[in-house]
Amino acid sequence: MIINHPLLGPRDSQEFVYLGDASLIDRPDWQAENAVDQFHEYLYQRTNPAGEHQELWFHEQGDRSWLVVTRNTLTHEITAVELARDVARRRGRSK
Amino acid sequence: MRYSGFKVIKEALTGHKGWTPAWRDPEPKKHYDIIVIGGGGHGLATAWYLAKVFGKTNVAVLEKGWIGGGNVGRNTTIIRSNYLLDGNEPFYEFSMQLWENLEQDLNYNAMVSQRGVLNLCHTDAQRDAFRRRGNGMRLNGVDAELLDKEGVRKIAPFLNFDSARFPIKGGLLQPRGGTVRHDAVAWGYARAADSRGVDIIQNCEVTGFKIENGKVLGVETTRGFIGANRIGCAVAGSSGKVMAQAGIHRLPIESHVLQAFVSEGLKPVLPGVITYGAGHFYVSQSDKGGLVFGGDIDGYNTYAQRGNLPVVEDVCEGGMSIMPMIGRARLLRIWGGVMDMSMDGSPIIDKTDVDGLYFNGGWCYGGFKATPASGWCFAHLLANDQPHPVASAYRFDRFRKGRMIDEKGMGAQPNLH
Repeated sequence: MIINHPLLGPRDSQEFVYLGDASLIDRPDWQAENAVDQFHEYLYQRTNPAGEHQELWFHEQGDRSWLVVTRNTLTHEITAVELARDVARRRGRSK
Repeated sequence: MRYSGFKVIKEALTGHKGWTPAWRDPEPKKHYDIIVIGGGGHGLATAWYLAKVFGKTNVAVLEKGWIGGGNVGRNTTIIRSNYLLDGNEPFYEFSMQLWENLEQDLNYNAMVSQRGVLNLCHTDAQRDAFRRRGNGMRLNGVDAELLDKEGVRKIAPFLNFDSARFPIKGGLLQPRGGTVRHDAVAWGYARAADSRGVDIIQNCEVTGFKIENGKVLGVETTRGFIGANRIGCAVAGSSGKVMAQAGIHRLPIESHVLQAFVSEGLKPVLPGVITYGAGHFYVSQSDKGGLVFGGDIDGYNTYAQRGNLPVVEDVCEGGMSIMPMIGRARLLRIWGGVMDMSMDGSPIIDKTDVDGLYFNGGWCYGGFKATPASGWCFAHLLANDQPHPVASAYRFDRFRKGRMIDEKGMGAQPNLH
């Protein structure tokens, strides 16, 4: 698979390590009333779709940036690559 | 029809005209006591033990393609019970004991061959870990032998003992481990279950569930609606897709692909199963002569039954590193199978939140060796509504309760298990 890095251009997926579903960006509030339930969902439950999937890749052998890659789990086709930082800020995270 | 050596000779002398199909091809009935979704090893084993052990014969196995066309036909055929943790070891040993009597039980030659499984170690720390695991196995009554370098050399003199980076220091051997002809497992269970009246319905894909007031009443399929009192789902690899049809959209599972490899047929060179301790590589030799080997999963979510080249390279590097002679063999085939990778690397055999719907999955890449025990324990759950004692740790709620069964200690990251 070739991942089209937003800063570095097309790079072989071998340079990256995979973390998982991009919902891992949305860390729950540890002080929330139902924090235990939220963290159970966050850490252990996955939607695991057959089709389009947003996921976190880390450019370990490159510039060490985190990316959010939109990839089809049936065809391995990659349709979008963004810096995870940009996605997180758009979702309201401060950093 | 009972299979025997005498029958083979008789048929050989009479033109092989007396063989009949090994199982029927029935039309689905309107209603069954129990439906098992998935005609792979686990589903067929479940049906057999439901009929044989629990006396349930009004049972159907629904398979979307042909039986044995999924992961039971795609694995590397290894059986072993060399686990460390108490949640796992009694279950896998139960499975090993069922393997040992499988062929007599099913009256089917599954070519169960206990040729030994040898894990190699390359550092002192790894030897300590192996000693601990071996002791854990022996505490559960399982055979385990810690070998030194010369002990390994006696079994497998062709290995790369004196590599500067990863010299072989010894190994942990389970003599009762080995290999089984994987397709024959599916066929043997199918034939045996069919002989007790179980309907094996192929080309019958489940497309939906009928659920009323929180209770499951049956399944919609490509061959019409089929009702049932209880439904068991044993479709590891497709668990997410099937369970979503029952309204269960989130599971502690990710789907990943594992690749496997087989070389051209060779004369016997490997005595048993050998695994490399410094990289991820395992190899055995099939009775047809091919070297069957594999390594890591590709590591990203996928439902495609094919992998990518980086892992092919990694596996071949592992092979060349530990067993340089493998470089002289030509690769015949590579294929991929989709795994249910669970959050702690261990499986789930449990009820779901839907009354009457039961789940069997999350087998990671260790499902084949578990086939008989998985079938037995799932049948126990379906028949009695209670988990079998050796599978009592395989519950959905273990993640919430902090009772993970994490053999490798990797945490909640499926692609590292």
